Amino acid sequence: MKKHYSEQLAGLREQVLRMGGLVEQMTRRVIQALVERDVGILPEIRSMETQVNLLHIEIDEACIELIALRQPAAVDLRFIAAAMKINTDMERIGDQAINIVERAEVLLTVPPLKPLIDIPRMADIAQEMLKASLDAFVNGDDVLALETIRRDDEVDQLKDQVFRELLTYMMADPSTIPRAMELILVSRHLERIGDHATNICEDVIFMVKGKDVRHQEPLA
Amino acid sequence: MGNVFEIHDLSSWFGENHVLKKIRMDIARNSVTSVMGPSGCGKSTFIRCLNRMHDMTPGFRISGRILLDGVDIHSERIDPVTLRRRVGMVFQQPNPFPRMSVSENVAVGVKLNGKKLSRGEIAETVERSLTMAALWPEVKDHLDQPGISLSGGQQQRLCIARALAVQPEVLLMDEPCSALDPGSTAKIEELIEDLSGKYTIVVVTHNMQQAARISDQVAFFLVGELIEMDKSGKIFTNPSDKRTEEYITGRFG
Amino acid sequence: MKALFCLGAILVILPLFLILFDLLIKGGKELKLTLLIDLPHPVGEPGGGIANGIAGTFVVTLLTMLWSVPTAVLCGIYLAEYGKGKFASAVRFAADTMTGVPSIIMGIFGYILLVLPMKRFSAWAGAAALSMIFIPVVVRTTEEMLRTVPTTVREAALALGIARWKATLRITVRTVWPGILTGILLAMARILGETAPLLFTALGNQFWQTRLDQPMAAVPLQVFTYAISPYEDWHDKAWAGALVLITMVLLINIAARVLTREKR
Repeated sequence: MKKHYSEQLAGLREQVLRMGGLVEQMTRRVIQALVERDVGILPEIRSMETQVNLLHIEIDEACIELIALRQPAAVDLRFIAAAMKINTDMERIGDQAINIVERAEVLLTVPPLKPLIDIPRMADIAQEMLKASLDAFVNGDDVLALETIRRDDEVDQLKDQVFRELLTYMMADPSTIPRAMELILVSRHLERIGDHATNICEDVIFMVKGKDVRHQEPLA
Repeated sequence: MGNVFEIHDLSSWFGENHVLKKIRMDIARNSVTSVMGPSGCGKSTFIRCLNRMHDMTPGFRISGRILLDGVDIHSERIDPVTLRRRVGMVFQQPNPFPRMSVSENVAVGVKLNGKKLSRGEIAETVERSLTMAALWPEVKDHLDQPGISLSGGQQQRLCIARALAVQPEVLLMDEPCSALDPGSTAKIEELIEDLSGKYTIVVVTHNMQQAARISDQVAFFLVGELIEMDKSGKIFTNPSDKRTEEYITGRFG
Repeated sequence: MKALFCLGAILVILPLFLILFDLLIKGGKELKLTLLIDLPHPVGEPGGGIANGIAGTFVVTLLTMLWSVPTAVLCGIYLAEYGKGKFASAVRFAADTMTGVPSIIMGIFGYILLVLPMKRFSAWAGAAALSMIFIPVVVRTTEEMLRTVPTTVREAALALGIARWKATLRITVRTVWPGILTGILLAMARILGETAPLLFTALGNQFWQTRLDQPMAAVPLQVFTYAISPYEDWHDKAWAGALVLITMVLLINIAARVLTREKR
């Protein structure tokens, strides 16, 4: 393997992982802020978003340049294509995390509606999925990717559960509606994060096997 | 860093044939600059101006100036023989000297340029040059074998070692991989990337993917003119001149 | 058709074997050690040899080569490496022409050039005449050998920043020096056996002679003298002398072959 070329590919991998680490941290910290009711955490998340956006541009540029200059083929080409797509999904995850920050900025100015149980649970699963998807990317582990895709069902179920529970609150007492709505939105954002992690896994499977498993239901 | 070569309005003629037309470019130090373009665009003629190889060609004349480290290479201050020690060249066909062993080939430039070196110094030079050319491990036990007994790719690396032995500042390479198989080509491209930090390298190539892979800057020539020159990333993702884009996308040439 | 080609090949090689065979039979009689180390005896006296002829042949040949080899090789190098204009073409034409001039003319030329002014026959004159045969041949063989060196070799040498004269001598010439040497050896073999030029210049000598400004013996001359004489035993010696000559020529040719093969 050519040394300089393989160094460049390794550099790209490292950039993707760095971005993944950032958006993972953003997600974790914003939920922590909600649970611990700590507004002070929020500005840090916004500054991470800036770094994420920069990486988003850098990774795309690096991929385009690699394609133009190195004429990658086979697994290298699929790796770079996957990196570009994963880049997009991670940037969206970052956006979703910022959306949750905006919800938190509202929720933390008012008394809590109820103890948060399902929402942190959703966040945990989404984070695990994200971490697993990035591990799968680094290790070329399509088995892990496939398992992770299946966990999206758990996230979806939790989202429905949150909705049903908050619906009962809202029906019992209309004054809870604003807070309940915010919480429902938070659960939607977390569900989107889970979806993006699923997308990342699909891209990993394509990278490893050259097989496009998107838009297929149900997965075997 | 700075520029090693500054070329001002270089034009050249073979007899009545106007080959190069007012070329203006700078070649940066310790980097790889590729010169690419379709056949007949003047790229080989151009590179041979840089070490005055055309001095031997009857009917050849140039106008304009080529500055090496600020000094015009055609001025009286520069002796062409010394110039060619500072600006070495590797050719398309590997051409180790026949009837000379591997080590004799590498040492010949050093031995014949007037400096008296001890046998130990020569052996050291030979090892150093062959190591830089990524050939030492393959030939270290066969230094006395004829240079021409090596494979094509090895012969070309031997020629590179021979050129490096005289410690040039610049290495000119005129389609160095055209006569080689893909495996040897890959090795030499890797070698060029390794050398680029220590030497200024100018490579003529008709293979634009090669230009993309190995260079820091790319110059695109067309019918004797320099159309565009820029960082390789820019040229191959978003060139400024339409003709460059047409060449790169394979619309012609 | 193939049979015809084979026949042609056989017809070419046959004379060589016939000559050798003939010489061996006819000259073998007299081929004793005395032939090689004794001076000629007067007619009628048995024994005697052509030792002075052998020595003389060597002396004259080496004398010729002393100035002819450097001159011819340098001229050949000039024509191959530097000779592009009218002058070079003229030199080439002259050399080509001279290789075709009958050797007796060279003898006469040597006579006019050296024998008349010196008022005597001499080894110098013999060498002068022989050199006019030797030089054109070696000029052309040297030039041809150098032309076989591909331009890429010269380009590579130039690109290394080696001065042109050094590159020519130490690289281009070095590449083909066995071929050049072969050319020299073959020319040497040729002049060894030349008789006509020596007739008017070295003349020949019955005795040992070390002075170069005196007539010098040579084997071809002795063969000639003995062969046209009316004496039987001199005829035998002529055959033996011819055998010696052809042996020397054969040995040089074999040496030339060995030299080129070794460097493969």
